[in-house]
Amino acid sequence: MKFLEEIGEYFYFMLKVFSKPQKHSVFFKQWALELYKVGVDSIGIVVIISFFMGAVLALQAAYNMTNPLMPTYLIGYGTRESMLLEFSSTIVSLILAGKVGSSIASEIGTMRSTEQIDALDVMGINSANYLALPKIMASLTINPILYILSVFVGITGGLLSSVTIGVSSLQDFIYGIRMDFKPYFIVYSEIKMVVFAFIITSLASYYGYTVRGGSLEVGRASTKAVVNSSILILISNLVLTQILL
Amino acid sequence: MITIDNIHKSFDDHHVLKGISFEFETGKTNLIIGQSGSGKTVLLKSIVGLHTIDKGDILYDNRSWQEMTQDQRIELRTEMGMVFQGSALFDNMTVEENIGFPMLMYSKESTKAKQKRVAECIDRVNLTGSEDLYPSEISGGMQKRVAIARAIVMKPEYLFCDEPNSGLDPKTAIVIDKLIHEITKEYNITTIINTHDMNSVLQIGENILYLDKGEVGWKGDKSHIFNSENESLNEFVFASDLYQKLKEIKED
Repeated sequence: MKFLEEIGEYFYFMLKVFSKPQKHSVFFKQWALELYKVGVDSIGIVVIISFFMGAVLALQAAYNMTNPLMPTYLIGYGTRESMLLEFSSTIVSLILAGKVGSSIASEIGTMRSTEQIDALDVMGINSANYLALPKIMASLTINPILYILSVFVGITGGLLSSVTIGVSSLQDFIYGIRMDFKPYFIVYSEIKMVVFAFIITSLASYYGYTVRGGSLEVGRASTKAVVNSSILILISNLVLTQILL
Repeated sequence: MITIDNIHKSFDDHHVLKGISFEFETGKTNLIIGQSGSGKTVLLKSIVGLHTIDKGDILYDNRSWQEMTQDQRIELRTEMGMVFQGSALFDNMTVEENIGFPMLMYSKESTKAKQKRVAECIDRVNLTGSEDLYPSEISGGMQKRVAIARAIVMKPEYLFCDEPNSGLDPKTAIVIDKLIHEITKEYNITTIINTHDMNSVLQIGENILYLDKGEVGWKGDKSHIFNSENESLNEFVFASDLYQKLKEIKED
Protein backbone atom coordinates (compact mmCIF):
# COMPACT_ATOMS: atom_id res chain seq x y z
CA MET A 1 0.00 0.00 0.00
CA LYS A 2 2.83 2.39 0.89
CA PHE A 3 4.52 1.50 -2.39
CA LEU A 4 1.39 2.50 -4.34
CA GLU A 5 1.14 5.72 -2.33
CA GLU A 6 4.74 6.51 -3.20
CA ILE A 7 4.08 5.92 -6.91
CA GLY A 8 1.07 8.24 -6.74
CA GLU A 9 3.11 10.85 -4.92
CA TYR A 10 5.88 10.55 -7.54
CA PHE A 11 3.45 11.16 -10.42
CA TYR A 12 1.88 14.11 -8.58
CA PHE A 13 5.38 15.51 -8.10
CA MET A 14 6.10 15.02 -11.81
CA LEU A 15 2.89 16.88 -12.66
CA LYS A 16 4.15 19.85 -10.67
CA VAL A 17 7.63 19.57 -12.20
CA PHE A 18 6.39 19.53 -15.80
CA SER A 19 4.34 22.70 -15.62
CA LYS A 20 5.26 25.95 -17.36
CA PRO A 21 8.25 27.67 -15.69
CA GLN A 22 7.20 30.89 -13.97
CA LYS A 23 10.01 32.85 -15.57
CA HIS A 24 11.74 31.47 -18.66
CA SER A 25 14.89 33.55 -18.27
CA VAL A 26 15.39 32.11 -14.76
CA PHE A 27 14.70 28.58 -16.03
CA PHE A 28 17.31 28.85 -18.83
CA LYS A 29 19.87 30.24 -16.40
CA GLN A 30 19.23 27.33 -14.03
CA TRP A 31 19.35 24.87 -16.93
CA ALA A 32 22.76 26.19 -18.02
CA LEU A 33 24.06 25.91 -14.46
CA GLU A 34 22.78 22.35 -14.19
CA LEU A 35 24.33 21.43 -17.55
CA TYR A 36 27.62 22.27 -15.93
CA LYS A 37 26.90 20.48 -12.63
CA VAL A 38 25.31 17.36 -14.14
CA GLY A 39 27.37 17.17 -17.32
CA VAL A 40 30.71 18.92 -17.27
CA ASP A 41 31.39 17.82 -13.69
CA SER A 42 30.77 14.21 -14.73
CA ILE A 43 33.17 14.19 -17.68
CA GLY A 44 36.14 13.16 -15.52
CA ILE A 45 34.52 10.08 -14.04
CA VAL A 46 32.97 9.06 -17.38
CA VAL A 47 36.36 9.31 -19.10
CA ILE A 48 38.21 7.32 -16.41
CA ILE A 49 35.60 4.57 -16.20
CA SER A 50 35.12 4.29 -19.95
CA PHE A 51 38.85 4.14 -20.63
CA PHE A 52 39.46 1.30 -18.20
CA MET A 53 36.28 -0.54 -19.22
CA GLY A 54 37.38 -0.43 -22.85
CA ALA A 55 40.91 -1.51 -21.96
CA VAL A 56 39.73 -4.46 -19.86
CA LEU A 57 37.10 -5.50 -22.43
CA ALA A 58 39.77 -5.70 -25.14
CA LEU A 59 42.09 -7.78 -22.95
CA GLN A 60 39.27 -10.12 -21.89
CA ALA A 61 38.29 -10.61 -25.53
CA ALA A 62 41.90 -11.46 -26.37
CA TYR A 63 42.16 -13.84 -23.40
CA ASN A 64 39.03 -15.74 -24.52
CA MET A 65 40.24 -16.14 -28.10
CA THR A 66 42.02 -19.44 -27.58
CA ASN A 67 41.55 -20.60 -31.16
CA PRO A 68 44.51 -19.34 -33.29
CA LEU A 69 42.26 -19.37 -36.35
CA MET A 70 40.13 -16.57 -34.91
CA PRO A 71 41.22 -13.21 -36.39
CA THR A 72 42.53 -10.65 -33.90
CA TYR A 73 40.41 -7.89 -35.44
CA LEU A 74 37.56 -9.48 -33.46
CA ILE A 75 39.08 -7.86 -30.35
CA GLY A 76 38.35 -4.41 -31.79
CA TYR A 77 34.96 -5.55 -33.01
CA GLY A 78 34.00 -7.01 -29.62
CA THR A 79 35.18 -3.92 -27.74
CA ARG A 80 33.18 -1.61 -30.01
CA GLU A 81 30.01 -3.68 -29.78
CA SER A 82 30.20 -3.97 -25.99
CA MET A 83 30.85 -0.27 -25.48
CA LEU A 84 28.25 0.79 -28.02
CA LEU A 85 25.47 -1.51 -26.89
CA GLU A 86 25.83 -1.83 -23.15
CA PHE A 87 28.78 -0.41 -21.29
CA SER A 88 28.64 3.23 -22.41
CA SER A 89 24.92 3.46 -21.79
CA THR A 90 23.98 1.15 -18.91
CA ILE A 91 27.20 1.03 -16.88
CA VAL A 92 27.87 4.75 -17.29
CA SER A 93 24.26 5.47 -16.28
CA LEU A 94 24.67 3.31 -13.18
CA ILE A 95 27.77 5.28 -12.28
CA LEU A 96 25.91 8.56 -12.90
CA ALA A 97 23.04 7.31 -10.74
CA GLY A 98 25.55 7.16 -7.89
CA LYS A 99 27.26 10.47 -8.59
CA VAL A 100 24.49 12.72 -9.93
CA GLY A 101 21.55 10.98 -8.20
CA SER A 102 22.98 11.21 -4.70
CA SER A 103 24.09 14.79 -5.28
CA ILE A 104 20.61 15.90 -6.45
CA ALA A 105 18.78 14.04 -3.65
CA SER A 106 21.01 15.48 -0.95
CA GLU A 107 20.93 19.01 -2.42
CA ILE A 108 17.13 19.14 -2.63
CA GLY A 109 16.74 17.18 0.62
CA THR A 110 18.90 19.68 2.49
CA MET A 111 16.86 22.52 1.01
CA ARG A 112 13.73 20.80 2.34
CA SER A 113 15.12 20.22 5.82
CA THR A 114 16.41 23.81 6.09
CA GLU A 115 13.02 25.21 4.97
CA GLN A 116 14.44 26.69 1.75
CA ILE A 117 11.69 24.89 -0.19
CA ASP A 118 9.07 26.32 2.19
CA ALA A 119 10.56 29.76 1.52
CA LEU A 120 10.06 29.23 -2.23
CA ASP A 121 6.48 28.04 -1.65
CA VAL A 122 5.63 31.05 0.51
CA MET A 123 6.91 33.30 -2.29
CA GLY A 124 4.39 31.59 -4.56
CA ILE A 125 7.06 29.84 -6.62
CA ASN A 126 6.37 26.31 -7.88
CA SER A 127 9.32 24.83 -5.99
CA ALA A 128 9.13 21.41 -7.67
CA ASN A 129 9.31 23.01 -11.09
CA TYR A 130 11.96 25.55 -10.10
CA LEU A 131 14.27 22.95 -8.54
CA ALA A 132 13.74 19.75 -10.50
CA LEU A 133 12.92 20.75 -14.09
CA PRO A 134 16.30 22.37 -14.90
CA LYS A 135 18.09 19.30 -13.48
CA ILE A 136 15.98 16.84 -15.48
CA MET A 137 16.26 18.84 -18.70
CA ALA A 138 20.00 19.31 -18.27
CA SER A 139 20.49 15.59 -17.74
CA LEU A 140 18.35 14.72 -20.78
CA THR A 141 20.50 17.10 -22.81
CA ILE A 142 23.95 16.16 -21.61
CA ASN A 143 23.76 12.40 -20.98
CA PRO A 144 23.48 11.44 -24.69
CA ILE A 145 26.64 13.51 -25.25
CA LEU A 146 28.36 11.72 -22.37
CA TYR A 147 27.43 8.44 -24.07
CA ILE A 148 29.24 9.43 -27.28
CA LEU A 149 32.25 10.51 -25.23
CA SER A 150 32.22 7.23 -23.34
CA VAL A 151 32.12 5.15 -26.53
CA PHE A 152 35.00 7.10 -28.01
CA VAL A 153 37.16 6.91 -24.86
CA GLY A 154 36.29 3.23 -24.25
CA ILE A 155 37.34 2.17 -27.73
CA THR A 156 40.50 4.26 -27.39
CA GLY A 157 41.23 2.47 -24.10
CA GLY A 158 40.73 -0.90 -25.77
CA LEU A 159 42.96 0.08 -28.66
CA LEU A 160 45.77 1.35 -26.44
CA SER A 161 45.70 -1.67 -24.11
CA SER A 162 45.59 -4.29 -26.87
CA VAL A 163 48.27 -2.60 -29.00
CA THR A 164 50.52 -1.85 -26.00
CA ILE A 165 50.30 -5.39 -24.63
CA GLY A 166 50.51 -6.83 -28.13
CA VAL A 167 47.32 -8.88 -28.37
CA SER A 168 46.32 -7.07 -31.56
CA SER A 169 47.95 -4.84 -34.14
CA LEU A 170 46.78 -1.27 -34.65
CA GLN A 171 45.55 -2.08 -38.18
CA ASP A 172 43.61 -5.17 -37.02
CA PHE A 173 41.98 -3.28 -34.13
CA ILE A 174 40.92 -0.39 -36.39
CA TYR A 175 39.63 -2.87 -38.98
CA GLY A 176 37.62 -4.56 -36.19
CA ILE A 177 36.02 -1.37 -34.93
CA ARG A 178 34.97 -0.43 -38.49
CA MET A 179 33.63 -3.88 -39.36
CA ASP A 180 29.87 -4.49 -39.74
CA PHE A 181 28.91 -1.21 -38.09
CA LYS A 182 25.17 -0.77 -37.44
CA PRO A 183 24.26 2.91 -36.81
CA TYR A 184 20.95 1.78 -35.26
CA PHE A 185 22.90 0.58 -32.21
CA ILE A 186 23.72 4.22 -31.45
CA VAL A 187 20.04 5.17 -31.75
CA TYR A 188 19.11 2.28 -29.44
CA SER A 189 21.69 3.29 -26.84
CA GLU A 190 20.84 6.99 -27.05
CA ILE A 191 17.18 6.16 -26.37
CA LYS A 192 18.31 4.13 -23.35
CA MET A 193 20.53 6.99 -22.22
CA VAL A 194 17.64 9.47 -22.31
CA VAL A 195 15.34 7.10 -20.37
CA PHE A 196 18.06 6.41 -17.79
CA ALA A 197 18.79 10.15 -17.44
CA PHE A 198 15.13 10.78 -16.71
CA ILE A 199 15.02 7.95 -14.15
CA ILE A 200 18.14 9.18 -12.33
CA THR A 201 17.20 12.87 -12.07
CA SER A 202 13.46 12.53 -11.53
CA LEU A 203 13.79 9.88 -8.80
CA ALA A 204 16.59 11.76 -7.06
CA SER A 205 14.60 15.01 -7.19
CA TYR A 206 11.51 13.22 -5.86
CA TYR A 207 13.33 11.59 -2.94
CA GLY A 208 15.05 14.86 -2.08
CA TYR A 209 11.86 16.87 -2.33
CA THR A 210 9.89 14.53 -0.06
CA VAL A 211 12.46 14.42 2.76
CA ARG A 212 10.85 14.80 6.18
CA GLY A 213 13.28 15.52 8.99
CA GLY A 214 16.97 16.24 9.27
CA SER A 215 20.34 15.04 8.09
CA LEU A 216 19.63 11.35 8.73
CA GLU A 217 16.59 11.48 6.44
CA VAL A 218 18.57 13.37 3.81
CA GLY A 219 21.14 10.56 3.87
CA ARG A 220 18.40 7.95 3.60
CA ALA A 221 16.81 9.80 0.68
CA SER A 222 20.14 9.92 -1.08
CA THR A 223 20.68 6.16 -0.63
CA LYS A 224 17.12 5.40 -1.75
CA ALA A 225 17.58 7.55 -4.84
CA VAL A 226 20.72 5.66 -5.87
CA VAL A 227 19.43 2.17 -5.09
CA ASN A 228 15.99 2.61 -6.66
CA SER A 229 17.22 4.39 -9.76
CA SER A 230 19.86 1.65 -10.28
CA ILE A 231 17.18 -1.04 -10.04
CA LEU A 232 14.88 0.88 -12.39
CA ILE A 233 17.74 1.38 -14.86
CA LEU A 234 18.37 -2.38 -14.95
CA ILE A 235 14.69 -3.22 -15.39
CA SER A 236 14.12 -0.62 -18.09
CA ASN A 237 17.33 -1.76 -19.80
CA LEU A 238 15.80 -5.22 -20.15
CA VAL A 239 12.45 -3.87 -21.34
CA LEU A 240 13.98 -1.41 -23.82
CA THR A 241 16.32 -4.03 -25.23
CA GLN A 242 13.39 -6.38 -25.81
CA ILE A 243 11.40 -3.60 -27.49
CA LEU A 244 14.12 -1.91 -29.52
CA LEU A 245 16.40 -4.75 -30.65
CA MET B 1 -5.68 42.51 8.92
CA ILE B 2 -5.68 38.74 8.99
CA THR B 3 -8.63 36.98 10.57
CA ILE B 4 -8.52 33.29 11.36
CA ASP B 5 -11.86 31.68 11.91
CA ASN B 6 -12.32 28.34 13.69
CA ILE B 7 -9.18 26.70 12.28
CA HIS B 8 -8.78 22.96 12.74
CA LYS B 9 -5.76 20.95 11.69
CA SER B 10 -4.91 17.30 12.31
CA PHE B 11 -2.00 15.07 11.35
CA ASP B 12 -3.37 11.53 11.15
CA ASP B 13 -5.03 11.03 14.57
CA HIS B 14 -3.24 13.94 16.21
CA HIS B 15 -5.56 16.96 16.47
CA VAL B 16 -3.10 19.88 16.60
CA LEU B 17 -5.27 22.96 16.13
CA LYS B 18 -8.69 22.83 17.76
CA GLY B 19 -10.90 25.62 16.47
CA ILE B 20 -8.72 28.71 16.72
CA SER B 21 -10.17 32.13 15.97
CA PHE B 22 -8.25 35.39 16.24
CA GLU B 23 -7.72 38.77 14.58
CA PHE B 24 -4.19 39.85 13.71
CA GLU B 25 -4.22 43.62 13.42
CA THR B 26 -2.58 45.82 10.80
CA GLY B 27 0.28 48.04 11.90
CA LYS B 28 0.88 45.95 15.02
CA THR B 29 3.31 43.20 15.91
CA ASN B 30 0.98 40.26 16.56
CA LEU B 31 2.55 37.47 18.58
CA ILE B 32 1.64 33.80 18.74
CA ILE B 33 3.13 32.42 21.93
CA GLY B 34 2.96 29.09 23.69
CA GLN B 35 5.01 26.17 24.90
CA SER B 36 6.78 23.82 22.53
CA GLY B 37 4.22 21.50 20.95
CA SER B 38 1.31 23.90 21.51
CA GLY B 39 0.76 24.25 17.76
CA LYS B 40 2.38 27.66 17.10
CA THR B 41 4.36 26.63 14.04
CA VAL B 42 1.48 24.59 12.63
CA LEU B 43 -0.80 27.62 13.04
CA LEU B 44 1.68 29.97 11.36
CA LYS B 45 2.31 27.54 8.50
CA SER B 46 -1.45 27.09 8.11
CA ILE B 47 -1.92 30.85 7.89
CA VAL B 48 0.69 31.16 5.12
CA GLY B 49 -0.78 28.16 3.32
CA LEU B 50 2.09 25.72 3.81
CA HIS B 51 -0.36 23.42 5.62
CA THR B 52 -3.86 22.80 4.31
CA ILE B 53 -6.39 23.36 7.09
CA ASP B 54 -9.11 20.77 7.73
CA LYS B 55 -11.80 23.24 8.73
CA GLY B 56 -12.29 27.00 9.14
CA ASP B 57 -11.08 29.93 7.08
CA ILE B 58 -8.32 32.53 6.87
CA LEU B 59 -9.25 36.01 5.73
CA TYR B 60 -6.60 38.33 4.35
CA ASP B 61 -8.28 41.75 4.57
CA ASN B 62 -11.60 39.98 4.04
CA ARG B 63 -10.27 37.84 1.15
CA SER B 64 -10.99 34.20 1.95
CA TRP B 65 -8.03 31.87 1.38
CA GLN B 66 -10.37 28.90 1.08
CA GLU B 67 -12.36 30.49 -1.72
CA MET B 68 -9.36 31.64 -3.75
CA THR B 69 -8.27 30.01 -7.01
CA GLN B 70 -4.69 28.79 -7.36
CA ASP B 71 -3.76 31.91 -9.38
CA GLN B 72 -5.30 34.21 -6.78
CA ARG B 73 -3.32 32.43 -4.07
CA ILE B 74 -0.08 32.89 -6.02
CA GLU B 75 -0.90 36.57 -6.43
CA LEU B 76 -1.63 36.89 -2.71
CA ARG B 77 1.71 35.28 -1.94
CA THR B 78 3.49 38.20 -3.59
CA GLU B 79 1.98 40.29 -0.78
CA MET B 80 3.57 38.03 1.85
CA GLY B 81 7.04 37.94 3.29
CA MET B 82 8.29 35.31 5.69
CA VAL B 83 11.28 34.97 7.98
CA PHE B 84 11.94 31.34 8.85
CA GLN B 85 13.36 29.94 12.07
CA GLY B 86 16.63 28.94 10.43
CA SER B 87 16.55 31.93 8.04
CA ALA B 88 16.11 29.58 5.02
CA LEU B 89 18.51 31.57 2.87
CA PHE B 90 19.51 30.01 -0.44
CA ASP B 91 23.01 28.62 0.06
CA ASN B 92 24.09 29.10 -3.54
CA MET B 93 23.19 32.79 -3.63
CA THR B 94 24.97 35.82 -2.18
CA VAL B 95 23.29 38.16 0.30
CA GLU B 96 22.34 40.48 -2.57
CA GLU B 97 20.99 37.65 -4.74
CA ASN B 98 18.98 36.24 -1.83
CA ILE B 99 17.35 39.59 -1.16
CA GLY B 100 16.72 40.25 -4.84
CA PHE B 101 15.31 36.79 -5.58
CA PRO B 102 11.58 37.60 -5.10
CA MET B 103 12.03 40.64 -7.38
CA LEU B 104 13.81 38.51 -9.97
CA MET B 105 10.81 36.17 -10.05
CA TYR B 106 7.97 38.68 -9.93
CA SER B 107 8.95 42.30 -10.41
CA LYS B 108 8.42 43.86 -13.82
CA GLU B 109 10.54 46.86 -12.92
CA SER B 110 13.80 47.67 -14.71
CA THR B 111 17.05 46.05 -13.55
CA LYS B 112 18.21 49.42 -12.24
CA ALA B 113 15.03 49.89 -10.19
CA LYS B 114 15.34 46.36 -8.80
CA GLN B 115 18.96 46.97 -7.82
CA LYS B 116 17.95 50.22 -6.15
CA ARG B 117 15.24 48.49 -4.13
CA VAL B 118 17.62 45.70 -3.06
CA ALA B 119 20.20 48.28 -2.00
CA GLU B 120 17.51 50.09 0.01
CA CYS B 121 16.62 46.88 1.83
CA ILE B 122 20.26 46.02 2.48
CA ASP B 123 20.73 49.48 3.94
CA ARG B 124 17.52 49.20 5.98
CA VAL B 125 18.78 46.10 7.79
CA ASN B 126 22.31 47.53 8.17
CA LEU B 127 24.05 45.03 5.92
CA THR B 128 25.83 47.43 3.59
CA GLY B 129 29.18 45.93 2.65
CA SER B 130 27.98 42.31 2.94
CA GLU B 131 26.30 42.15 -0.47
CA ASP B 132 28.72 39.67 -2.00
CA LEU B 133 28.98 37.30 0.95
CA TYR B 134 27.31 33.87 1.00
CA PRO B 135 25.03 32.77 3.89
CA SER B 136 27.73 30.43 5.19
CA GLU B 137 30.09 33.41 5.53
CA ILE B 138 27.88 35.53 7.80
CA SER B 139 26.72 35.23 11.43
CA GLY B 140 23.31 33.98 12.57
CA GLY B 141 22.15 37.51 13.37
CA MET B 142 23.19 38.74 9.93
CA GLN B 143 21.40 35.79 8.33
CA LYS B 144 18.22 36.82 10.13
CA ARG B 145 18.63 40.37 8.85
CA VAL B 146 19.09 39.08 5.30
CA ALA B 147 15.92 37.01 5.74
CA ILE B 148 14.05 40.12 6.93
CA ALA B 149 15.36 42.14 3.98
CA ARG B 150 14.27 39.37 1.58
CA ALA B 151 10.85 39.31 3.22
CA ILE B 152 10.28 43.05 2.77
CA VAL B 153 11.86 43.57 -0.64
CA MET B 154 8.50 43.26 -2.42
CA LYS B 155 6.90 45.71 0.04
CA PRO B 156 4.56 43.08 1.47
CA GLU B 157 1.23 43.61 3.19
CA TYR B 158 1.81 40.69 5.53
CA LEU B 159 5.00 39.68 7.33
CA PHE B 160 5.38 36.33 9.07
CA CYS B 161 8.26 35.46 11.38
CA ASP B 162 8.75 31.97 12.76
CA GLU B 163 10.83 32.24 15.93
CA PRO B 164 13.05 35.02 14.55
CA ASN B 165 15.21 35.03 17.70
CA SER B 166 15.96 31.36 17.89
CA GLY B 167 19.68 30.68 18.18
CA LEU B 168 20.59 34.32 18.77
CA ASP B 169 22.23 35.91 21.80
CA PRO B 170 19.93 38.20 23.88
CA LYS B 171 21.49 41.41 22.54
CA THR B 172 21.13 40.41 18.88
CA ALA B 173 17.63 39.09 19.63
CA ILE B 174 16.61 42.56 20.82
CA VAL B 175 18.06 44.11 17.64
CA ILE B 176 16.00 41.72 15.50
CA ASP B 177 12.83 42.35 17.55
CA LYS B 178 13.25 46.10 17.23
CA LEU B 179 13.91 45.82 13.50
CA ILE B 180 10.73 43.81 12.92
CA HIS B 181 8.74 46.23 15.06
CA GLU B 182 10.10 49.27 13.22
CA ILE B 183 9.43 47.72 9.83
CA THR B 184 5.85 46.90 10.87
CA LYS B 185 5.23 50.57 11.72
CA GLU B 186 7.15 51.90 8.73
CA TYR B 187 5.25 49.84 6.14
CA ASN B 188 2.01 49.66 8.17
CA ILE B 189 1.80 45.91 7.60
CA THR B 190 0.25 43.01 9.46
CA THR B 191 3.08 41.20 11.20
CA ILE B 192 2.67 37.83 12.89
CA ILE B 193 5.54 36.53 14.98
CA ASN B 194 5.78 33.09 16.39
CA THR B 195 7.86 33.05 19.57
CA HIS B 196 8.36 31.55 22.99
CA ASP B 197 10.83 34.22 24.02
CA MET B 198 9.38 36.27 26.91
CA ASN B 199 11.81 39.12 26.19
CA SER B 200 10.21 39.46 22.74
CA VAL B 201 6.75 39.36 24.29
CA LEU B 202 7.59 42.25 26.61
CA GLN B 203 9.46 44.15 23.93
CA ILE B 204 7.04 44.05 21.00
CA GLY B 205 3.89 42.13 22.08
CA GLU B 206 1.14 44.49 20.94
CA ASN B 207 -1.47 41.84 20.23
CA ILE B 208 -0.85 38.40 21.71
CA LEU B 209 -2.44 35.01 21.12
CA TYR B 210 -1.42 32.40 23.68
CA LEU B 211 -1.87 28.85 22.43
CA ASP B 212 -2.46 26.09 24.93
CA LYS B 213 -2.47 22.53 23.57
CA GLY B 214 -3.89 23.65 20.24
CA GLU B 215 -6.56 25.92 21.70
CA VAL B 216 -6.77 29.64 22.39
CA GLY B 217 -5.51 29.93 25.97
CA TRP B 218 -5.43 33.69 26.29
CA LYS B 219 -5.62 36.89 24.20
CA GLY B 220 -4.29 40.32 25.11
CA ASP B 221 -1.23 42.54 24.99
CA LYS B 222 2.08 42.81 26.85
CA SER B 223 0.70 45.18 29.48
CA HIS B 224 -1.82 42.61 30.69
CA ILE B 225 0.19 39.42 30.45
CA PHE B 226 1.58 39.61 34.00
CA ASN B 227 -1.87 40.18 35.50
CA SER B 228 -3.60 37.26 33.86
CA GLU B 229 -5.20 34.64 36.07
CA ASN B 230 -4.86 31.99 33.41
CA GLU B 231 -2.92 29.21 35.15
CA SER B 232 -1.37 27.77 32.00
CA LEU B 233 -0.26 31.22 30.82
CA ASN B 234 1.27 31.99 34.21
CA GLU B 235 3.22 28.73 34.10
CA PHE B 236 4.53 29.76 30.69
CA VAL B 237 5.30 33.38 31.59
CA PHE B 238 6.91 32.68 34.95
CA ALA B 239 8.80 29.58 33.92
CA SER B 240 12.23 31.18 34.29
CA ASP B 241 13.77 32.13 37.64
CA LEU B 242 14.12 35.73 36.51
CA TYR B 243 10.42 36.20 35.84
CA GLN B 244 9.55 34.21 38.98
CA LYS B 245 11.64 36.65 41.03
CA LEU B 246 10.01 39.60 39.25
CA LYS B 247 6.65 38.19 40.20
CA GLU B 248 7.70 37.81 43.83
CA ILE B 249 9.02 41.39 43.93
CA LYS B 250 5.76 42.62 42.42
CA GLU B 251 3.70 40.65 44.96
CA ASP B 252 5.79 42.01 47.86
